Amino acid sequence: MQAARQADPPVVVRGIRKSFGDVQALDGVSLTIEAGSVLGLLGPNGAGKTTLVRILTTLLDPDGGSAAVAGFDVQRQKTQVRPRIGLAGQSAAVDGTLTGRENLEMVARLYHMPRRDAAARADALLRRFDLLEAAERQAGVYSGGMRRRLDLAASLVADPQVLFLDEPTTGLDPHGRLEMWAVIRELASAGATVLLTTQYLEEADQLADTIVVIDHGKVIAQGTAAELKSRTGGEFLTVRVSDLAMLDGARRVLAAAGDGEPVVDAAAGAVSVAVSNGAARLAGVVRDLDAAAVAIADVGLRQPTLDEVFLSLTGHRAASDDAAPPGRPRRGRRRA
Amino acid sequence: MMTDALEVLRAEARYGLVDALQLWKRNLLAYRRQPDLLVFSTIQPVMFVLLFAYVFGGAIQTGSIAYIDFLLPGILVQTVLFGSTQTGVGLAEDIRSGMIDRYRALPMARSAVIAGRILADATRNLFVMVLMIGVGFAIGFRFHGSVAGVVAMPLLGVLLGLAFSWISAVIGTSVKRAETAQVASFVWIFPLVFVSSIFVPVDTMPDWLQVVAENSPVTRAVNAMRGLAHGTDAREPLLWTAGWVVGIVTVFAPLAVWRYRTVT
Repeated sequence: MQAARQADPPVVVRGIRKSFGDVQALDGVSLTIEAGSVLGLLGPNGAGKTTLVRILTTLLDPDGGSAAVAGFDVQRQKTQVRPRIGLAGQSAAVDGTLTGRENLEMVARLYHMPRRDAAARADALLRRFDLLEAAERQAGVYSGGMRRRLDLAASLVADPQVLFLDEPTTGLDPHGRLEMWAVIRELASAGATVLLTTQYLEEADQLADTIVVIDHGKVIAQGTAAELKSRTGGEFLTVRVSDLAMLDGARRVLAAAGDGEPVVDAAAGAVSVAVSNGAARLAGVVRDLDAAAVAIADVGLRQPTLDEVFLSLTGHRAASDDAAPPGRPRRGRRRA
Repeated sequence: MMTDALEVLRAEARYGLVDALQLWKRNLLAYRRQPDLLVFSTIQPVMFVLLFAYVFGGAIQTGSIAYIDFLLPGILVQTVLFGSTQTGVGLAEDIRSGMIDRYRALPMARSAVIAGRILADATRNLFVMVLMIGVGFAIGFRFHGSVAGVVAMPLLGVLLGLAFSWISAVIGTSVKRAETAQVASFVWIFPLVFVSSIFVPVDTMPDWLQVVAENSPVTRAVNAMRGLAHGTDAREPLLWTAGWVVGIVTVFAPLAVWRYRTVT
């Protein structure tokens, strides 16, 4: 029994469904996380990411489907799941009236560690997350980045088998984000099994071994970042014109040469189109542009960004219902 | 499902008290670090003692008993009732801030977050009551009963506050905002405070209201505390108060824990 459990992947999700009133938050989500790997759950606001995290951390019961975390059913074996998981990010919080040290000690005591072990554990985590200097200050006065690090430290108190990071960098400034990325990379290289949710394609690309893209409660794609990129038809051919009046001429040439509808970025004076076997077509495209009297400032082939991948998978941009930049502070809690 | 339910009960039995004590400590630290909150929540009841004693003291007839002796046990009960509303406010705030999600994902007793909050509120109630008795003493309040009565009177107040805190906890886990919890509390606290023997003897009220007032848990507790303070026979109201406390906790504690477990 024990051996079988060890061989099972630490997270197995099968057809999870959950609705809130009329809103189908999760509509048959399945995924697996292998031991020691980081899965990036990528999707826009309201895609169902936090709902899935809440179900997998026993905070919410699904309407249908099943999920096992660390070998235990999240619905029927909550008491076995809880000691084996850590949760950080927008679903969790630190207590602003307690000091950093008190926060960690309290969490350790609530895992029922003896007092001295709890104190030692808190100290080790404060050191590891560079919070020792701020340890005796109330967490309410911490910077956003420090609070997230404390939050992450709290989720690691009991050495969890699976770590859930729910939008760990949302609301952080660029410096705070880079700090969090470094910390998460360190955890990953130490062999942690992590489920990470994010709205930022770059973040998933940077941190995750496998990316699962969800939209409106459904998994619409999964694979490595490279696999997802290749699903849009390989490369992108981008032409930048030297005179904006020639933009439309360039668009017509690319429409004939590419695999889909070209995307025009008028501000940059550029037109892009997905192409397969781009290198072989490049010479022909340059000839056609020349024949159409389009003066080229720049032409080249490149890998698609994950934003373009999302666009081709969902038909809308990843950030369409949340156009604010990454640094935006967030008010209160959200459910989706 | 059954095995998990058994596991949950086992965890409650094993960790219910130690986990609640951790949360009690956390909430007391929070009070201590907001001295302004503590100061004002202390000034208000002290102010009530002085205002009622000096403004109404001459107008309200309380027979052979001095009005301050009549008033003080009542004001203590009013204070614990108002204090119990803070249980719901604190819980609503924990839910809003996301703190409660951290607790719920921990392998701790389900009742501990609420029980810890209630214990902290009870501690604060005891502190404020002792202070008010001190102020009362300065303006003429005296105990006329036994030493046991002196000790038992504030403890009975604490017990009543504990019971009402569970009602407040149900409200706190049912509303979306701390402000709502605060305002919602007044809806049930005010009638309880005024339709009682806290400020005036109930026999001046209309007959139908007297029936309500005489049987209210507030009047029973106030009469019991007066009995303990004045050294008169308090057995009957004591029994009634105990009955109310047990009844309220039996109904509202499971309700509050259930709300806490299912809140999203």
